[in-house]
Amino acid sequence: MGALGFEWTVALRFLREGRMQTALIIGGATVGVAVIFFITAVLVGVQSDLIRRVTGSQPHIILKPPEETVSPLIAATPGAPRVASVQARPQRLTTIDGWPVLARQTEATPGVVAIAAVASGSALAIKGDATRSIALLGTDLERYMRVVRLDDKLAQGVLRLEPGDALVGIELARDLGAALGDRFRVQSADGTSQVFLIRGILDLGTRELNRRYVYVDLRAAQSILGIPGRITNIDVAVGDIMRADHIAARLRAQSGQFIETWIQTNQQVFAAITNQNIMTLLIRVFVTIVVALGIASVLVVSVVQKRKEIGILRAIGATRAQMLRVFLLQGAIVGVAGALLGSGLGLLLVSIFSRILRSASGTPLFTLTFDAGLIVIVVVVSAVLGLIAAVLPARNAAHLDPAQAIRG
Amino acid sequence: MLQAAAAPIVALEQVRKTYNEGLPNAEEVLHGIDLVVQGGEFTALIGPSGSGKSTLLNILGLLEHASGGVFRLGGRDVTSLDDDARTRARHTMLGFIFQFHHLLPAFNSIENVMLPALIGGRLGGSGNEGETARARAAGLLDAVGLQDAHGKKPQELSGGMQQRVAVARSLVLAPQLVLADEPTGNLDTHSSDSIFALLRQFNREQGTAFLIVTHDPRLAARCDRIIELVDGRIAGDRPNQPQAAD
Repeated sequence: MGALGFEWTVALRFLREGRMQTALIIGGATVGVAVIFFITAVLVGVQSDLIRRVTGSQPHIILKPPEETVSPLIAATPGAPRVASVQARPQRLTTIDGWPVLARQTEATPGVVAIAAVASGSALAIKGDATRSIALLGTDLERYMRVVRLDDKLAQGVLRLEPGDALVGIELARDLGAALGDRFRVQSADGTSQVFLIRGILDLGTRELNRRYVYVDLRAAQSILGIPGRITNIDVAVGDIMRADHIAARLRAQSGQFIETWIQTNQQVFAAITNQNIMTLLIRVFVTIVVALGIASVLVVSVVQKRKEIGILRAIGATRAQMLRVFLLQGAIVGVAGALLGSGLGLLLVSIFSRILRSASGTPLFTLTFDAGLIVIVVVVSAVLGLIAAVLPARNAAHLDPAQAIRG
Repeated sequence: MLQAAAAPIVALEQVRKTYNEGLPNAEEVLHGIDLVVQGGEFTALIGPSGSGKSTLLNILGLLEHASGGVFRLGGRDVTSLDDDARTRARHTMLGFIFQFHHLLPAFNSIENVMLPALIGGRLGGSGNEGETARARAAGLLDAVGLQDAHGKKPQELSGGMQQRVAVARSLVLAPQLVLADEPTGNLDTHSSDSIFALLRQFNREQGTAFLIVTHDPRLAARCDRIIELVDGRIAGDRPNQPQAAD
């Protein structure tokens, strides 16, 4: 006794003395922390699975040149009658001016993890008698794969785009009657054409994409589409996809380009994820409140039970501040113990359920990742929570009238 | 310092205590007490139930505020100190022994005795002072006849033994005055006699002053001075020649 100082010594002794009470409240904190831990792991797993499926072959954000619009020659004047017919003009293939600068600027924007310059447009794929309308995408494959994961979409062949190589959707290959290693011709509307070798066949997840997509190297696409040295869009991957809108707003302001995010193209999925996040946040908040109330109520009872002892300690010289700290410490100790045990229990639950719960594709819904940083956060938050929960009981203890406490 | 050293331990001037002050049910329980206690005195405080003995003891112990008058402890006016200052004064100058021994059940005998030192932060781990406090606590436990009970919890001790631990605790910081509220009120005659003898022994050997509230005229007769409180007033204050040989 003594090495820990008065407050620690008494706090630990009081907790040890309260056996059942202490065990119950640490148990409560443990279960609470485990629930939060488990829900978080499941949520992260389920959402990343969903997002992977939805956004699998799309970039998070696309920068395009602004659409061409028609402005009337005579501006509207208030009160003056005006007769005008404004016809929308057909959209040409437009390109981004000064794209290398814009690309660097985009890549340096906070939140952006990777970008790829893309030249895309429509063209025809011809093999023998078969002709199909395709979406031609020219890009630097290595960069592009940091924006859109193609490696888990490769059905056959390799992911390589040397000059003259092409990666095609699985349906398109079937439509053209082409197999890996076959050659086919890509021709633009103005007749420019080039022959490509099929290096890889991709399963992009949806029929529409599988039927139309052809990836070639950037230079080849530029020459076929008649836009040498230029690109039509910059594809962007962001770190936190739920923040894609914020990052897009920033890009819009600094680039003046037309910006499209995965959120705009997948409104419903985004709404579902947002709702899910709000629900789990609510669950976490309520579990936290329940745990805090549990700690507080046990300590309130403990202060009542220990009235006499608190009175004695005050009589033999313990200050109010010391008594306050004795009970604050008990709250913090319970919080930390609950956090450590709860993290352990949470990890156990995740490891068990990651084997049981599987997604539609048969892969585990979530995986067990041991995140030491998360545990540190949980422990610190729980300690603070325990402290806060202990404020009221500790104040009661500190303001107990020692004369009355001893007499009672 | 000289003045402080010469000053009596306790000096009360016209100390009053009113409970529920300012309320319709206000009740004055002490009406102008004048009292001086010198260092090394062995005093009994007697009086019928409800005469204000416990209230007076609580005021002397800085556990309650006086409603009026002046209280000097060791020459220093402590009448209107704040709670922290009163706690420090209590800690450094006073010892307490209560009727129902009041040990902390979570601590064994020697730890209970060391608690006041722990509160003062004098048990800095392996430091010299820590050792000193432990040695002093052990010495006191031996002196009260509990050589074999250092490691025992209060629940494992008889009432008399628990009160011996409480006596040792009250003395561990070598206070100038020990306030004892019916220290033997809960014990059989034999235990009661031996506890009383212990107090007397420490009084003689270490010069510690004792103020002992008691109902027992037999015990009061063994003190050097007897103060009688009746209805919140000092009705008698006389020196006494102890009859029993302690």
